[in-house]
Amino acid sequence: MATSLEINGRTVQVEAAPDTPLLWVLRDDVGLTGSKFGCGIGQCGACTVLADGAPVRSCSLPIGALTGVRITTIEGLGGTHPVQEAWVKLDVPQCGYCQSGQILSAVALLASKAQPSEADIDAAMDGHICRCGAYQRIRAAIRDAAAQARA
Amino acid sequence: MNTPADQDDVRTGPTRRQMAIGTALVSGALLVGCTPGDLLSVGAKTEVGAFGPFIRIAADGVVTVVNKHIEFGQGSHAGLAAIVAEELDADWNRVRVEQAPANAKLYANTFMGVQGSGGSTAIPNSWTQLRKAGAAARAMFTGAAAAAWSVPEAEITVKDGVVSHAASGKSAGFGELLEAAAAITPPEDPKLKPHEAFTLIGTDRVRRKDSLEKSTGKARYTQDVAMEGMLTAVVAHAPRFGAKVSGFDDTEARKISGVVDVMEIPTGVAVLAKSTWAALQGRNVLNVTWDEAGAEPVGSSEMESRYAEWAAGQGTLPDKLKWETFETRGDAAAAGEGEVFEATYHFPFLAHATMEPMNCVAQVGGGEGVRLTVASQSPTLDQINTARITLSLPGSVQIDNLHAGGSFGRRANFQSDFVAECVHIAKKVGKGTPVKLVWTREDDMAAGYFRPLTHHRVKIRLDKEGFPAAWTHRVVTQSLMKGSPMAPKGIDTSTVEGAMGSPYLKATPAVDGQVLMPEFGIPVLWWRAVGSTHTAFVMEHTIDQLARMSGKDPVEYRLALFEKAGASRHTAVLKLAAEKAGWGQPVPAGVTRGVAVHESFGSVVAQIADVRIVDGVPRVGRVVTAIDCGTAVAPNQIAAQMEGGTCYGLSAALHDEMIIKAGAVERKNFDSYRVLRNSEAPTVETHILPSTNPPSGVGEPATPVIGPAVANAVLAATGKATYRLPMIRA
Repeated sequence: MATSLEINGRTVQVEAAPDTPLLWVLRDDVGLTGSKFGCGIGQCGACTVLADGAPVRSCSLPIGALTGVRITTIEGLGGTHPVQEAWVKLDVPQCGYCQSGQILSAVALLASKAQPSEADIDAAMDGHICRCGAYQRIRAAIRDAAAQARA
Repeated sequence: MNTPADQDDVRTGPTRRQMAIGTALVSGALLVGCTPGDLLSVGAKTEVGAFGPFIRIAADGVVTVVNKHIEFGQGSHAGLAAIVAEELDADWNRVRVEQAPANAKLYANTFMGVQGSGGSTAIPNSWTQLRKAGAAARAMFTGAAAAAWSVPEAEITVKDGVVSHAASGKSAGFGELLEAAAAITPPEDPKLKPHEAFTLIGTDRVRRKDSLEKSTGKARYTQDVAMEGMLTAVVAHAPRFGAKVSGFDDTEARKISGVVDVMEIPTGVAVLAKSTWAALQGRNVLNVTWDEAGAEPVGSSEMESRYAEWAAGQGTLPDKLKWETFETRGDAAAAGEGEVFEATYHFPFLAHATMEPMNCVAQVGGGEGVRLTVASQSPTLDQINTARITLSLPGSVQIDNLHAGGSFGRRANFQSDFVAECVHIAKKVGKGTPVKLVWTREDDMAAGYFRPLTHHRVKIRLDKEGFPAAWTHRVVTQSLMKGSPMAPKGIDTSTVEGAMGSPYLKATPAVDGQVLMPEFGIPVLWWRAVGSTHTAFVMEHTIDQLARMSGKDPVEYRLALFEKAGASRHTAVLKLAAEKAGWGQPVPAGVTRGVAVHESFGSVVAQIADVRIVDGVPRVGRVVTAIDCGTAVAPNQIAAQMEGGTCYGLSAALHDEMIIKAGAVERKNFDSYRVLRNSEAPTVETHILPSTNPPSGVGEPATPVIGPAVANAVLAATGKATYRLPMIRA
């Protein structure tokens, strides 16, 4: 069964049942593997993508619900997004597995609030687990990206 | 100042610890005139260029450093490349890193004798080896330039990949001299730089090489592997440790679109499909019946009470189980005048809970040999276990090593559990068909290989000055090494490391330390910082309670004991942390401070944690960290490991706890297995003690320190000690 999805500005036709989670369609059918499988129940944030600019857990989101919704994955950020640049500048990643999701939530946070407070960062980022414990640098990179935007 | 004895500890610690694993792995073979690496690399087809197994240089002058270790976040890509680049005088911006293939001879961990990462040894074991490799390559370029320019070699300098002769004004890049340099015989014992000549090592220029690919979704993990004709496998695993398949009905599973096969394997029933989602759906409707006759009957709460009884000298010990001594001196049971402190401490099973659940890609048959595409922490173990299943030579098993989404010890085990499972499936499928085994979070958590549940009991009698006069210590925990090639003849020191040899015990005239290692059918494994994950807590939290009993400041009390024990490195890091934290100076209202110091993997870490009690639970703010890790190769990544290692340890101190009931894992995902999240993360401030000793471990040593530092802060705030982890129970 064909479903039409808008991913990173492109319209993509996928042959998959409407109840298939977006994550597996992205990874196995579309070949975008930057979004990661971590828990499958929306608890860890590794699979986070943006749906119309809002962070969502693609492991728990059926593609049937996504008609007309603009999906942005880490690949769609382009590599020179200010948040990505802050991540590289501060050497945020360790194993790196959770970082696509972390970055997309940070992008959404800064898009909705250019100068977030510490409490805003807590609220936006607590849905993401980083077992390497890069949290301190994640926070610093968000502050850095916000400061760059201000400058 | 570091004493020669200290230096010796740094150098021999990991060596002693690894106990010649390589020799043990091939025991039975006659090791005459050959090493384990020789035997285990038979059949390997590794190409080695003119600059040796660790360095390749391209015509454009770009230097590729071949990393024999896994990159699972610890920054081996940065640190190992920097060692080569320093001695080679390469342009750091034109150095790239590549994972080494599996080859037990060329790429052995020099502390283990076989290829593998563990014990925080990546930089320590490679230090001299990679310096020599870089220096030898540099000498080849200076030799080539001297010949080409007819000038004395001694007058040639190399900087940022450019070879120059000042007097003649001649200069050339590595690329231009490549052919001539490659023709020169590398010196066997090249001259290494003195520390004061380092321009890259120890500077903030040493940064990660993989941050960009890991910030753009381009880094390649096992989970991301896609190959022509690849099948994805998920496995229905036994609900309890020790249960076996008794039968299965795959009628419904085979009806799922995309499912191509269902097969029984030693560890369960595998569903193979053309996509991950199809395989998962197939498994959902698979009907497996299990033979639970041999299943483990106990759970974590029974183990906890049995351990406590045994440590108290109550109850009956199982047959053949006996207490074994790890440290003894004088008569610890003798009566004395001083006050007596007694406590028990309990630690739960812990899952590694890497962000990437375990997985593997294997190809067997089809005339191409056996190939694994997987993040392999221990390529040699994975080769041996794969070869046993496929009946091939271990050295011939090819491994394309990928980025790992974390490990913390999980990926290296004596059974290569998830690799072996994948190889069993790939062997049945045959024809060289790529099979990707995908474990869900639930599969990963339920597979075990936990940090063992552990119980400590201590009884300490103080002398007139309030220092320990007699120390009785009992530890009950499963052995990590029993039945393995690394099993020692005596006790398994990984169960008591950190208590055994502690400066506090050294400073105590009478010591009676014993360990009991019962066996249960719950697989256990090293977990970041291994034995120190519990021993550091017991030693450091106990010391704070003894200091309080004696009316002494916790830092002063420790310094006095370090003095008695001759623990000069402990003294230095504690003084550094205390100075940087402003120990003894006023703190903000509502904040209390806790201190802890611990040596592991050749490094000593001291931490001072600022803690607030909010709604009855500790919130950790600033954590001042001092480390003596010998020569600091990559300070920015040392800081990253202090930050991350602290979070990993804090997660265990506050939240992590695996519950097992009747041999079945209760907590299989992050909704019930709580871990540290962003808003709970401390701000770690890292201070590195200047040193020219050889580098020692960095990846693990911070993890065991934060728990007791926080418990000590809570003790200071509330007067209450912590006798059971985690501090916040779900």
